[in-house]
Amino acid sequence: MTGVETEMIETLQQRVNDDQGLVRRGRYLTTTFLLEVGHACWLISIFEGRIVSVTSGPFVMPSSAFALRAPEEEWKKFWSERPPPGSNDLMALIKRRVLKAEGNLQIFMSHLRYFKEALGKLRAAAGGA
Amino acid sequence: MSARFEPITGRYMHLDLFDRPHRIYVEEAGEGTPLLCLHTAGSDGRQYRGLMNDARVTARHRVIAFDMPWHGKSSPPAGWHEEEYQLTSAQYTTMVLEISAALELDKPILIGCSIGGRIALHLALEHPESFRAIIGLQAGAHVDPYYDLNFLHRADVHGGEVAGAIVSGLVGPDAPEKERWETLWHYMQGGPGIFKGDLYFYKLDGDIRGRVAQIDTRRCPLFLLSGEYDYSCTPEETLDVADSIPGCEVTIMKGLGHFPMSEDPQAFLTHLLPVLEKISQA
Repeated sequence: MTGVETEMIETLQQRVNDDQGLVRRGRYLTTTFLLEVGHACWLISIFEGRIVSVTSGPFVMPSSAFALRAPEEEWKKFWSERPPPGSNDLMALIKRRVLKAEGNLQIFMSHLRYFKEALGKLRAAAGGA
Repeated sequence: MSARFEPITGRYMHLDLFDRPHRIYVEEAGEGTPLLCLHTAGSDGRQYRGLMNDARVTARHRVIAFDMPWHGKSSPPAGWHEEEYQLTSAQYTTMVLEISAALELDKPILIGCSIGGRIALHLALEHPESFRAIIGLQAGAHVDPYYDLNFLHRADVHGGEVAGAIVSGLVGPDAPEKERWETLWHYMQGGPGIFKGDLYFYKLDGDIRGRVAQIDTRRCPLFLLSGEYDYSCTPEETLDVADSIPGCEVTIMKGLGHFPMSEDPQAFLTHLLPVLEKISQA
């Protein structure tokens, strides 16, 4: 990841927190998950629907409820302005076995719309970069 | 002041299926050649509202959609509260044929999407004489499970929220917002475990890979239309089915997803109307 892309990931906090509807739908969600983009990773902490921190790795012993891991080129397609078929949704990446969702997935699945929309926020960030 | 009624009428049919009484909601619009419509897993007949409201279709077709038992406004059979719902190929086949017979339809055109597209392949193989033509939307011979289906029915995950969220990415990128969210709302309204029970047919019991090449389109014309953005039944999977069946006509619909008739009825009709025209001239 280049520096520009690292900054892009870190815009997640404001982009999510600025969306009142998204925060409201996540009001019972408090967790920390690991986002892995190729060899780079971030711990993203959420408290009652608001992202409270996006911390860049590498980490020695990262603790998270679950992790979302995919190669950089797959995330780039997912975050492109008009993702191609098969790259337009987290479930599409999972179907193609390129996104690995690991850990306590009850948290992920019970707030699936939240996580899809939150990570989709970086699509706008990529478009503006 | 501005009230307006759609040309759709709905009725409740009482019919014994699988040796049990069922109360089944059926709605229809139009006159002419019967066009029997099958909805996707975990949804209901409202997915065909666009066809039923389009005079280009209803001027020459009696468009009929029923909500499968346990779905939409159809009831689950008495005793449902002690059962786990699970759709099988045999039940689904019987249901379509029995409801068509009960409605006294004379060789209807069958159109089905997703699980409806899969059973369309089963019916094309096993009951071609019962239909004038068969149209499979998002029809593939098999789909491997790609997530843990148990998440669709457990008390610590809201069934409606997760069903809507699971399928949201299957809607194509150009779908009008109103139709996109109407389509997802139907999923959010499904009863506990019903989407999961339908997927038992879609991902386990209804595998027709070994037999699909035996479909004889001389006995019943077969048309397959699939949306480009469907990652559940991909265009490649539909093309594989079409390639294995001589005489099968296939269309890949650019920009559309897994719910073409519901997510973007106007775009879908540009693909469907020529197919209906071709069937009417046969």
